Amino acid sequence: MNASETVHPTGASEGVNEKGAAGVRFHGINKAFGSNVVLSDLDLNVAPGEKVVIIGPSGSGKTTILRVTMTLERPDSGTVQIGGRHLYHQEHGTKLRPAKEKHISAVRSDIGMVFQHFNLFPHMTALENIMLAPMKVHGVSRDAATEKGMALLDQVGLAHAANQTPGQLSGGQKQRVAIARSLATEPKVMLFDEVTSALDPELVGEVLNVLGDIAREGRTTMMLVTHEMGFARDMADRILMFDKGKVIEDGRPADILDNPQNERTQGFLGAVRGH
Amino acid sequence: MIIVGDWLLSSGQYQTLLESSLVTVQILLYSFVLGIVLSLVVGVGRLSEHEWVRGAALAFVEFARGISSIILLFIVAIAAPILLGIPQASLILLATIALGINMGGYGAEIIRGAIQSVPKGQTEASISLNLSPMQQLRHVVLPQAMRVILPPMGNLTIEILKGTALVSLVGVTDIMQSARNIRQEQLADQVGTLPILYLNVLVLYFILAQVVNALFKFWEWRVNKSFMGGPALTRDELPPDVLHAGAGVGG
Amino acid sequence: MSTTQPPVVEREVEEYRPHRKWFRRPDIMGPVLVLLAVYGVLVGFVEQENFFRTRMEAPGGLVRFDWMWFFHLIPLMLKGLLVTIKATLLGFAVAVVLGFFLALGRRSKVLVLRWPTIAVIEFVRSTPVLVQLFFWLSLERAVPGVDLGPITLLAVGLGIHYATYCSEAYRAGINSVDQGQWEAATALNLGPVTTWVRVVVPQAVPNVLPALGNFLVAAFKDAPMGFVVGVHGLLFFADQVSSETFRVTEPYLIAGVGFLLASLPAAWAVRKLEKRIAYERI
Repeated sequence: MNASETVHPTGASEGVNEKGAAGVRFHGINKAFGSNVVLSDLDLNVAPGEKVVIIGPSGSGKTTILRVTMTLERPDSGTVQIGGRHLYHQEHGTKLRPAKEKHISAVRSDIGMVFQHFNLFPHMTALENIMLAPMKVHGVSRDAATEKGMALLDQVGLAHAANQTPGQLSGGQKQRVAIARSLATEPKVMLFDEVTSALDPELVGEVLNVLGDIAREGRTTMMLVTHEMGFARDMADRILMFDKGKVIEDGRPADILDNPQNERTQGFLGAVRGH
Repeated sequence: MIIVGDWLLSSGQYQTLLESSLVTVQILLYSFVLGIVLSLVVGVGRLSEHEWVRGAALAFVEFARGISSIILLFIVAIAAPILLGIPQASLILLATIALGINMGGYGAEIIRGAIQSVPKGQTEASISLNLSPMQQLRHVVLPQAMRVILPPMGNLTIEILKGTALVSLVGVTDIMQSARNIRQEQLADQVGTLPILYLNVLVLYFILAQVVNALFKFWEWRVNKSFMGGPALTRDELPPDVLHAGAGVGG
Repeated sequence: MSTTQPPVVEREVEEYRPHRKWFRRPDIMGPVLVLLAVYGVLVGFVEQENFFRTRMEAPGGLVRFDWMWFFHLIPLMLKGLLVTIKATLLGFAVAVVLGFFLALGRRSKVLVLRWPTIAVIEFVRSTPVLVQLFFWLSLERAVPGVDLGPITLLAVGLGIHYATYCSEAYRAGINSVDQGQWEAATALNLGPVTTWVRVVVPQAVPNVLPALGNFLVAAFKDAPMGFVVGVHGLLFFADQVSSETFRVTEPYLIAGVGFLLASLPAAWAVRKLEKRIAYERI
C-alpha cells in the first residue's frame, strides 16, 4: 500500500492515497496584487481524498488560493506540494530551486479546475471539448478518447448532447460538461471555483448531484469554494473559513456551521443565511 | 468628343488583360501567404512574455506600417539586390517580399487584437487542462479569434491586391504593364482611347476585388458554422453501452 | 477643548491631473525633443555646405554603399519630401470635403441618389490608386484645353480615392451617435439644422477624427506614387539621382528613411489623439 495516512480534519497529510487522490500542502504562501495583500503567510494541509469547502467574504483570498494551485497565479513566496511533489520548485539535493516550466507542467497534469463561468470552448462540441486534452496532452488515440468522452458525458447525464456546442446548452448542462472535461484528464486534485454561483437556482441541483457522485467515488481530492452550505454540510470533510488572506477557522462542517467560534465566521454565516 | 467612343476593347486585348491578371493573382497569392505567416509570427510575438521578442515585433510592425508600399517595393526590388550583392532575383519574388512585409505589419496588429479579444477564461481553461502555449493558441485561442480576424483581413487582402498594381513600375508584366502594351497597339492602329482602356482595367480590378471579398465571406461563414453545433442525439444514435439514455436526467 | 483645525493637506494638483500640459509631460517631450534634435542635425547639415565637399561626386561603381554620399543627399531628399507632403495635404483636404458630400449621398433617402453613390464609393475604394491616377492623367490629356499641374492631378486622384474612405468614416461617426439623441432632439422640437449642428455633429466628431487621422497617414503613403504623373516628390528625387549617377541604393534608401521620419511621428500623433479622445469620452 502506498502512503495512506489517516485523515485528520486539521492534520498533516501528503502523498497519494490508494484510490489515486493526491494531498495538497501549502506552506508560507504570500500573494499580493499591487498593494492589496490577498494571501498572507498561508499554511494549509489537505489530505489525499479529502473534500474541503472554503468559505469567506469576497477578497478574502479563497479564489486566489485555488488559482495559485492551478498555476493561474504565481505566489509571491511559499511552496505548494501536490501529492508530495513540489509544484513551483524542484529539489536539487537539499535545496529548493524555482522550477522550470517543464516541471510545473508535469505536476500540473495532476490538477484540474472547474470555473464559475464554465469556460467551455464555444467552437467545439461537448464531446470535442472533453476529448481535446486527453488527445493533445496525454496522447490518447481518437477512438479511445471518443469512448472515454462518451462515458464521461453519460456519467454526468449528457450523452445525448455530444454533438451540441456550448451555445446550445443551459448553464447547468454547460457546467456538467465542464466537469466532465476536467475529469477526462484524470486529475488527482480537483478545484471548484464557485461552480454554481452563475447558475439559475433550478439548475444548481443537477450540478451538485454530479459533485456528490465525484465526492462519493473518492478518486480525487476536492477543494471547493462555494456558498452552498447544504452541500457543504452533507459532502465536506472539512470547512475552511478565509478572511483577509488567512484561514481563521477550520473544522468539521457540523462544528463550523452550527457552532462557529470566531466572531467573523459567525457574522459571515449569519449574513449568508439571512437571504 | 474624343472621350466618347467604344467603351469596350477588342477581344484579343481582353485576352491579354486576362492573361496578365494571372500574374497579378499569382503575386497576390504569394504575398498573401507570406503576409499571413508574418502576421501570425509577429502578432503572437507582440504578446510574448520575453521583452526582446515583443520589442522586435513592435519594431517590425512600426516599420512595415510606417513605410510607403511603393517606396518599399523600390527598395526591395531595386536597391536591396545591389546593396546585398545578390543577383536581381525573380522580380516576382522581390515584389512578393515587399508586399508580404507590408501585409505582415498590418496583419500582425489584426491578429494581436483578435487574440486579446478572446476571453481570458478560455486561456485559463486551457491551462487547467495542461495544454501547452502552442496548443492553446492552435486549438483554443486562434479558432475563436478567427471571427474577429477575418473581416479586417479581407479588407487588408484587397489593399494588397491594389498594391500589386505597383509592381508594373518595377518591371513586372502584370495588368498595368499589359495595359501599356495594349496602348502601344492602339496608338499604332489609331483606335481606342486611353481613358477607356484604363476604365476597363479598373473594372477588372474591381471584379478581382469582389472575388476576394466573396472568398472571405465564405470563409467567415465556414468559421461561424463551427460554433453552431448539431442536434441532440436520439436514443437510436447513442452508443450501446450508455446508461442514461434520453434527455431526462437533469435536462 | 480648543478647536483643532483639521490638517490642511497640500496636494500637488499637477500630479493628479492626467491632462498636464503636453510640454510638462516627459513621455511626450522626450520623443518630441529627440525628433527635433534629429531634424536639427539633418537640416543643420544642409546649411553647413563645407561639412561635405560640395558637388560631391558619386562614388565609383564597385562601392556598394557610401555613407558620406548618403548624407549628402539629404537636402535634395528633403525638398522632395516637402513636395510630397504638400501634395498629400492638398489631396486630403479634397478628400475631407468630397467625402462629406459622398456621405450625405449615401445616407440620402432618395434611392436614385443613394444607389449610384454606393456604387461609386465601392468602385473607387476597391481599385488601385495608381490606375486611377493614370486614368485621370489620360482624361486630362484627352480633353483639350485642360492643363492641371502634376500636383493638382495627384491631389485630385488622392482626393477622390480617399474621399470614399472619409465618407465611410463620417457614416460610422454619425451612426455612433446614440439613437436616443435624435429622439430627444425631436422631442425638444429642434429643427433639422440645429439637430445636426448642435447635437449630432459635436458627438460624431470625436469618433471621426482618429479615423481621418489614419486616412491622412495612409494617403501620405500613397502620395509618392505621384511621380508617375510628374510630381517632383520623393520618388522623383530618387529616380533622378539614380539615373544621373547610376547609383541606386543610396537615393532609394534615403527616400525610405526620409519617408519614415515623416510618417512615424504622424502615426504616433494619431494614436495619441485616439487615446486622448477615448479617455474623454468615458
